Amino acid sequence: MASAITASTAPPSGAKHSVLLLRRANDYLAAALRARYHVLSFYDSGEPLPAFLAASAAAEPEPPRAALVVGGGAIRVDTAFLDAAPYLRCVVTTSAGLDHVDLAECACRGVLVAGAGEVFSTDVADHAVGLLIDVLRKVSAADRYVRRGLWPVQGQGDYPLGSKLGGKRVGIIGLGNIGSSIARRLKAFGCVIQYHSRRPKDTVSFKYFPDVTSLATESDVLIVACALNAQTQHIVNMEVLEALGEDGVVVNIARGGNIDEAALIRALKGGEIAGAGLDVFEKEPEVPTDFFSMDNVVLTAHEAVFTTESRSDLCDLMIGNLEAFFDGKPLLTHVLPK
Amino acid sequence: MASAIAAATAPPTGAQHSVLLLRRANDYLAATLRARYRVLSFYDSGAPLPAFLAASAALEPEPPRAALVVGGGAIRLDTAFLDAAPYLRCVVTTAAGLDHVDLAECARRGVLVAGAGEVFSTDVADHAVGLLIDVLRNVSAADRYVRRGLWPVQGDYPLGSKLAGKRVGIIGLGSIGSSIAKRLKAFGCVIQYHSRRPKDGVSFGYFHDMISLATESDALIVVCALNDQTRHIVNKEVLGALGKDGVVVNIARGGNIDEAELISALREGKIAGAGLDVFEKEPVVPAEFFSMDNVVLTAHEAVFTTESGSDLCDLMIGNLEAFFDGRALLTPVLPK
Repeated sequence: MASAITASTAPPSGAKHSVLLLRRANDYLAAALRARYHVLSFYDSGEPLPAFLAASAAAEPEPPRAALVVGGGAIRVDTAFLDAAPYLRCVVTTSAGLDHVDLAECACRGVLVAGAGEVFSTDVADHAVGLLIDVLRKVSAADRYVRRGLWPVQGQGDYPLGSKLGGKRVGIIGLGNIGSSIARRLKAFGCVIQYHSRRPKDTVSFKYFPDVTSLATESDVLIVACALNAQTQHIVNMEVLEALGEDGVVVNIARGGNIDEAALIRALKGGEIAGAGLDVFEKEPEVPTDFFSMDNVVLTAHEAVFTTESRSDLCDLMIGNLEAFFDGKPLLTHVLPK
Repeated sequence: MASAIAAATAPPTGAQHSVLLLRRANDYLAATLRARYRVLSFYDSGAPLPAFLAASAALEPEPPRAALVVGGGAIRLDTAFLDAAPYLRCVVTTAAGLDHVDLAECARRGVLVAGAGEVFSTDVADHAVGLLIDVLRNVSAADRYVRRGLWPVQGDYPLGSKLAGKRVGIIGLGSIGSSIAKRLKAFGCVIQYHSRRPKDGVSFGYFHDMISLATESDALIVVCALNDQTRHIVNKEVLGALGKDGVVVNIARGGNIDEAELISALREGKIAGAGLDVFEKEPVVPAEFFSMDNVVLTAHEAVFTTESGSDLCDLMIGNLEAFFDGRALLTPVLPK
């Protein structure tokens, strides 16, 4: 296994290190990269991925030892990818989640992985709370009502009441950086916080539930804030939704795959739960049209992570990780080595 | 001036006290009232207000000494009203605001006024924060985008803006303003405020005037009462000082903002967005807003949740019982 810390090898004077860019957007991030590195951009190459990776092996003066990849499922850093790019020693991902990187394979090959650290935590947490308030207090639904000109016509007497946040028992699934940030915010609203994760956390005073169904039974709200992996696929399923109950609400800012989407649609249609706030879907950007006629759901376009400020923080972090790698220093936000 | 605490006068055995109900909704509140009191409902009477009030004077065994009134401008507890109902000794309002009650006139006549206390504070604060997040993070706009099927076609929605570090200027730091401050601190916002006088025991930055608050803020949240001094407290100059990246949230009264200037400022990109629960001529909302993607519009619902409806009912009954028993009101606005 290669050394976990790569020895620094400076390219010939004046030349820049090469970096693979596996990210569609030709944006701020891409521009910052091009200023510092020789960028080999997959989406600009027009080639199929295996051909692109094979051709990159011949890049001068050196093949790209680092790759910048975004999440979202388009490109997976898996065995096939790593086999096609054996020159790669470091993967820097710009997404909050890591489900698109085969961490076990990377570890096995001594490939370093840098994550997004806490760059996104606050923005994702803010968005989760925004979705929850929207669902409980019907903000977007009211906005539709007003824009359609219904307020003067139908008045307020018939407008359905929202529900108070204070006192609601909020069950957070996954109490990492994002889950903890959500908890901190909702405490200020008077919510009661409880959680499920693989193991209880010693440092928190919130009530722990060893499984999601018992959490759901005792909660008014479920917020999905866990990583997507084999164990958490469909962690919110029909049984959990039924346990949550007809006044219950679900918010998902994690991954679409964390919820059984078909079961969620059935539960909403059948009134088994009261509403949902969703930033992620199983087959983004395709969103089941069943949701479009529902007034008690809020749908956003996987934007929980995105603000102009976090994009700029992310850029700084990404460059920081690449520079650390090329200088032979420890990554700033290393996922591997652990 | 009549005694500020009305002497208890029990009606004849078996009879209920009479109460004027000046509220359109025939709902839980009205039903609970009818269980305890003889209710004279204006909206059910079909009579014009002066006639209704005059007729109520003749009620046996006693005219209604208390009235329950909601806000919203439909009925004003002003000089004309009080002249027409001299038997009235207590007004209980179910609204968060008091701009529909002429407090000076009531004080002059020794009419007690009970407000809604803090029943609404948390719900209004929650809604204000919800509107702010929505405007900054484009929640409703993204929802429209997704429902129109644009995500697969046009790609990602434009970036929103982070809450942490935003300087939030709160106009009016009463119980609602303080509740908003407490919530936004948890998001990492910097809180500052303007009110008539600085508040003791509060560590937030105080600004003597609106222009300086707006100049130094990224967001303004209007949380003050509506009165002569605060009408159009957010005006063209304030919006100009707030600047093109600034946002405004209003959960107070439509009249606190110069709505025409707000529309111009939004159209011209002089501010970045707005979240509005109240409007100058509710329920009529200027159609200019409907084509704007950077505004969020709700139908004066900040106070309304099922839980607060029930809390309000308890409070209102509690105030009426206190009045009829000759005890101090639970949530007195008058006497101060």
